[in-house]
Amino acid sequence: MNIFEKMVGLDRRWVFLFLFVVVTGAYFFRNSFSVNVTTTREVRSIYDFVENLDPGSKILISFDYDPSSLAELHPMSRAILMQCFRKGVRVIGVTLSQYGAGMVEEAFRKFGSEADSLYNTHVEYGKDYCFIGYRPYPGFVILGMGENFRIFFPRDYYDTPLDDLPIMQGVRNYDDIEGVIAITSGTTADMWVIYGNARYNMPLALGVTGVMATDYYPYLGNAIFGLIGGWKGAAEYEKLIGEKDAATAGMPAQVAAHLTIVLFILIGNIGFLLSRRSKKTGN
Amino acid sequence: MNAGKLLSYIILAIVVIAFVVSIALKGFLVTVGAFLTLFIFSFLYKDNPYYKFAEHLFVGASAAYWMSMGFWKTMVPNLFGKLYPPMVAWAVPALKNNPAQPLMLIPLVLGILLLMRLSSKAGWISRWALAFIVGTTAGLNLVRYLRSDFIQQINNTVFSLYVTNASGFDLGATISNVIIFGGVICGLIYFFFSKEHKGAFGAGARTGIIVLMITFGASFGYTVMARISLLVGRMQFLFGDWLGMIR
Repeated sequence: MNIFEKMVGLDRRWVFLFLFVVVTGAYFFRNSFSVNVTTTREVRSIYDFVENLDPGSKILISFDYDPSSLAELHPMSRAILMQCFRKGVRVIGVTLSQYGAGMVEEAFRKFGSEADSLYNTHVEYGKDYCFIGYRPYPGFVILGMGENFRIFFPRDYYDTPLDDLPIMQGVRNYDDIEGVIAITSGTTADMWVIYGNARYNMPLALGVTGVMATDYYPYLGNAIFGLIGGWKGAAEYEKLIGEKDAATAGMPAQVAAHLTIVLFILIGNIGFLLSRRSKKTGN
Repeated sequence: MNAGKLLSYIILAIVVIAFVVSIALKGFLVTVGAFLTLFIFSFLYKDNPYYKFAEHLFVGASAAYWMSMGFWKTMVPNLFGKLYPPMVAWAVPALKNNPAQPLMLIPLVLGILLLMRLSSKAGWISRWALAFIVGTTAGLNLVRYLRSDFIQQINNTVFSLYVTNASGFDLGATISNVIIFGGVICGLIYFFFSKEHKGAFGAGARTGIIVLMITFGASFGYTVMARISLLVGRMQFLFGDWLGMIR
């Protein structure tokens, strides 16, 4: 076996190990080099949307993901929530993922107290935000909330009647809020587009995992007014709100990983081409 | 005892000792999380009993969680709590004063019909409930999909190929629109099989392939980013929350 054949037949475990070492190294030394994150129009439009809302305005944020996507989607959830809390925009939280309720409840409490210490705010449950919990069958829940939030959510996550929450006073359906931001890791994004926007025509923006991002670009400009794709999108949002957090910290590791994979693709292809040539020439 | 068996016992002993030491130093939950992460990562080397243990634990716990959520968040409030509230008032006092809704008998019956699938003789009855589900979903989706995935998509591709702004000709937006328009047309040509892909039509189809390849490349790049995000997330947990090496 010549060197070219060895390059093509490289055991994938060496690739895993190399990638792990590179990503770990890049993460440990993330402060030694910075990645210049440029903001894109699709992310900026969500930031501008929230930024242009008056204090006291209400939006719905749907956290449709579970702990398996937490690492990827939590940074964008945090960035959006922090901007809302800083601006005084009130947030109605909901989750359409059956494994997400506990995680979202914890996120609200954690990011609320972070906002308190960072911006000297006093984020209060029921007034500045509420979490109405989880209900199954996302499509029907999205349709139901378009008629009245109380159809599927007569009570919030803590079993308080929705009518007893100050934030829900005067809020019946999507007409009474400024828009919806759905942060999702699955087909719920489709449901927000086809049941939410196409039926009720409310302003809708999506935050999605990297795997999903390219699928939702075609909706930009018609069904959705903004799109945050994966960590890069979250890092852009962190830059816009002026706070470097998990997504920004992970960008050096992302760059290192992408370069490593490009390197391995090149090695594999060069090995393939050269081994084919050497077979043709009989060497 | 052969060498392979001896090695497995040594690995098991190391895992147990490390587990106990970690519990003493870092607490139970963080330790369990860290070890389960390492067990799952061990599959990258090869399939092994530690990976199997973590995988089965995950499947079992997820199924149980899903079932209990389904019962308490769907069956109790949406069926029992509406059909006969006193039945579940002991568990969910908030439902106590709800009025009984006899119409809820319909979904109850449909649900029971669906369970008939479990019977080999009466399985055909479940088709009635399935017909209801398929009919409702198809009716709901048809109109909405037509709007979001067909009409709006066409609308998004009909735009000016010569864009101007306040300062005059906008080169960037014009190029962007031309690429979108050309990409859509060439992509459609590639999937048009009623005419042979030759000449100008063939050139359009070949350009369509290039557009598709670029799309797949972008998807692959995003997928790499997603996977690395998850890896970094686990590293933050292992090296930060568990080992305390990074802040």
